[in-house]
Amino acid sequence: MAEHALQTHSKSAEESALPLEYSTEESRLKIFGFWVFLGAEIVLFASLFATYLVLAGRTAGGPTAKELFEVKDFMMETIILLTSSFTCGLGTLALRNRSKGGILFWYVVTLLLGLAFIALEIMEFVHYVGEGATMQRSAFLSGFFTLVGTHGAHVSLGILWMILILIQLVQRGVTAATARRVFIVGLYWHFLDVVWIFIFTLVYLMGVAY
Amino acid sequence: MGFHLPKNFLVTGEPMIVVAEVLSVLTLAGIVFALTYYKKWKWLWDEWLTTVDHKKIGIMYIISSLLMLFRGGIDGLLMRTQLALPNLHVLDAEHYNQIFTAHGTIMIFFMAMPFIFGLMNVAVPLQIGARDVAYPYLNALSFWLFFFGCMLFNISFMIGGAPDAGWTNYTPLAGSDLAPGPGINYYLLSLQISGIGSLMTGINFLVTILKMRAPGMTLMRMPMFTWSVLITSIIIIFAFPVLTVALALLTIDRLFGSHFFTVSGGGEPMMWANLFWIWGHPEVYIVVLPAFGIFSEVISTFARKRLFGYSAMVYSMVVISAVSFLTWVHHFFTMGAGPAVNSFFSVSTMAIAIPTGVKVFNWLFTLYKGRIEFTTPMLWAVGFIPTFLIGGLTGVMLAVAPADYQYHNSYFLISHFHYALVGGAVFGCLAGLYYWWPKMFGFKLDERQGKWAFWLFNIGFNLCFFPQYFVGLMGMTRRMYTYPEGLGWTPYNLISTVGAYMMGVGFIIMVYNILYSIRHGERDLTGDIWNGRTLEWSISSPAPHYNFARIPEVDDLDAWWHMKKRKRKQPWELRPLKPIHMPNNSGRPFIMSAWFFVAGFGLVFEWHWMGIIGLLGVLYCMLKRSFEYDDHHYIQVDEIERTESAAGRA
Repeated sequence: MAEHALQTHSKSAEESALPLEYSTEESRLKIFGFWVFLGAEIVLFASLFATYLVLAGRTAGGPTAKELFEVKDFMMETIILLTSSFTCGLGTLALRNRSKGGILFWYVVTLLLGLAFIALEIMEFVHYVGEGATMQRSAFLSGFFTLVGTHGAHVSLGILWMILILIQLVQRGVTAATARRVFIVGLYWHFLDVVWIFIFTLVYLMGVAY
Repeated sequence: MGFHLPKNFLVTGEPMIVVAEVLSVLTLAGIVFALTYYKKWKWLWDEWLTTVDHKKIGIMYIISSLLMLFRGGIDGLLMRTQLALPNLHVLDAEHYNQIFTAHGTIMIFFMAMPFIFGLMNVAVPLQIGARDVAYPYLNALSFWLFFFGCMLFNISFMIGGAPDAGWTNYTPLAGSDLAPGPGINYYLLSLQISGIGSLMTGINFLVTILKMRAPGMTLMRMPMFTWSVLITSIIIIFAFPVLTVALALLTIDRLFGSHFFTVSGGGEPMMWANLFWIWGHPEVYIVVLPAFGIFSEVISTFARKRLFGYSAMVYSMVVISAVSFLTWVHHFFTMGAGPAVNSFFSVSTMAIAIPTGVKVFNWLFTLYKGRIEFTTPMLWAVGFIPTFLIGGLTGVMLAVAPADYQYHNSYFLISHFHYALVGGAVFGCLAGLYYWWPKMFGFKLDERQGKWAFWLFNIGFNLCFFPQYFVGLMGMTRRMYTYPEGLGWTPYNLISTVGAYMMGVGFIIMVYNILYSIRHGERDLTGDIWNGRTLEWSISSPAPHYNFARIPEVDDLDAWWHMKKRKRKQPWELRPLKPIHMPNNSGRPFIMSAWFFVAGFGLVFEWHWMGIIGLLGVLYCMLKRSFEYDDHHYIQVDEIERTESAAGRA
């Protein structure tokens, strides 16, 4: 770590003009690195989207997007997930106010919404598989399950991660280190919402439109 | 999925493989015996396996990649032996397929990249006046992921059978219909594991270079090697996720029967070629741009001149990195994308030659009127210019889409990319190895032996690959395992094989040089054995684990050169020492990567239970890391003083 890390380390968080999560050199490095990581995640999802769009019409005689997708179902998923991003934002606001209770409350709400989203997605997948629309059925379905499933896996991992961080928040209170962790998991959560907006548009809306 | 052992779990059919198996077991037993006999297990664990010191990680990368250069080189020699004369049957066709696949995969993923990563680790933090990389723990994890991925790939030919669809692993050839069995799974999973490590290295070095430079070191005062690593890191961050996706999709196809690449289910085999080369073409620049950086350092050091056209060098690299993402279709002009698409990619490919040409002229102008000193690193750097020129010009020939219908898949292509990658990246790695060796170990490699190795390798290299241009134009295609008499190919192939063996001898001399110089090499007592220009030469050799006792302040390009010119000490040099904040060692990167290995091995054989156990192990390690708070310590002033005075510094 650079020498100036020391100086900022020794300064107490209250003296610093920066938000708590940015108060140490280490935290600033880690938050910046996480943004870079999200850049790589964008490329990952872009590749999956490209693959899906190439394969979207290739149903090999199996069910098409229009036959499978239910507007009511994917609208529910979308509303729930977008709301969770809002509550997560309120959690970050609570973080800025150094309110441990506020963070816990809003992040737990976010978690519950995330769990509801995952539950709906699992039900959706089970429903499709029941109709014979498995990922082995056609290239379209391989692309669909992989793209949407990768997003779902990210959300699930995000839920687990958030739980770990909330445990640490309870154990240690709002410190520079826990603040950084809360902030980063929030960034991750918002990112997954942005990805979902693309899934909502390119997979579901285009799927039922054409 | 139940537990079922494939019929040939341990490969026994081929006598050569059996010999390799016996030798592997003996080597392993020898290592275990030696470590036990000399009581070195604890030393190995405490000093190396758990280290988060970027210099040690760099050394481990370099040792691994030299071993892989040996293995990939043996594969190359086996191929050249098989092709030396017509109608030879040293290898059978299946074994030959496995060997060329292993050769390509190992040389790109497990030799060139880790070698570059090793030199990055050794040099970059020292060049920018930093005490470490941004994320030391992640850095160790990157290395161990590479290492275990590499090991997973390397056991394939002994356990279960090696991949045989070429290093590009094209579908449908690599699909489960045409390639059942574990071979291709090895390819997919080992590259996936090491690829995660590469992505993290890219992120780590991007952040390190952007955020941890010494005060005063603006971007345009950074050493050229550091610049090349910055650009390379950006390419890695944008290219590697594409490989991750390609590998994952084919893994899902093979393990779970989906249809991304199988025509029968509506899939698209060309998706693989596209995704693979969207990563694969930038990959060429991931290994060659840092080599360009090394040449820039070496040439300006040994010409005793500031690098000519510094900013042009930087901008040309930026242009190369951007255009590198727009050329991937030139790898399959003949696959029927149509004239408009082919024309676009033809022109974009040729455009790469412009910034590359700028760089070559800048190196030449740096040499012009320099006080040139032909040390071993300088020989590799100067030797690179003609070989890379040949590689580049034949690249422009290949970029002409209509003409490519003639060259495609021929030895002309083989020769081109060996000229570009050996004459570019490998020469760069070796130049960097000789150049930074004293900084890593505190002694110099023997110059006389170094020159012998250079000339043997360089002449052997040209003898090996130049004839292949001709034999390629005569119609010899790649991946051909034998050929009949009377085609006029024989003399070219024979010369080529002789050249290959000369390269082998050159390599052996290099290894001997290392062993010889450990005892007899010139000791580096000043820390600046080459009269260098950049900050890594301002500290003692080998560098202390905290790198810089005081963080330097920089006011020009070639900071150390200017510090040497100034007689008086600068204010920062007189500042009192302060305790230094350092990361703790951790065994977890090693253990976590071992869990990745377990998961990968299970999935190779489609034992999903084992895959799940491995991944749970990985998750558990991540959980432990999440709860870790006290992962650093301070080095106190008296210890710094002791270390500095032991190195002869006040």
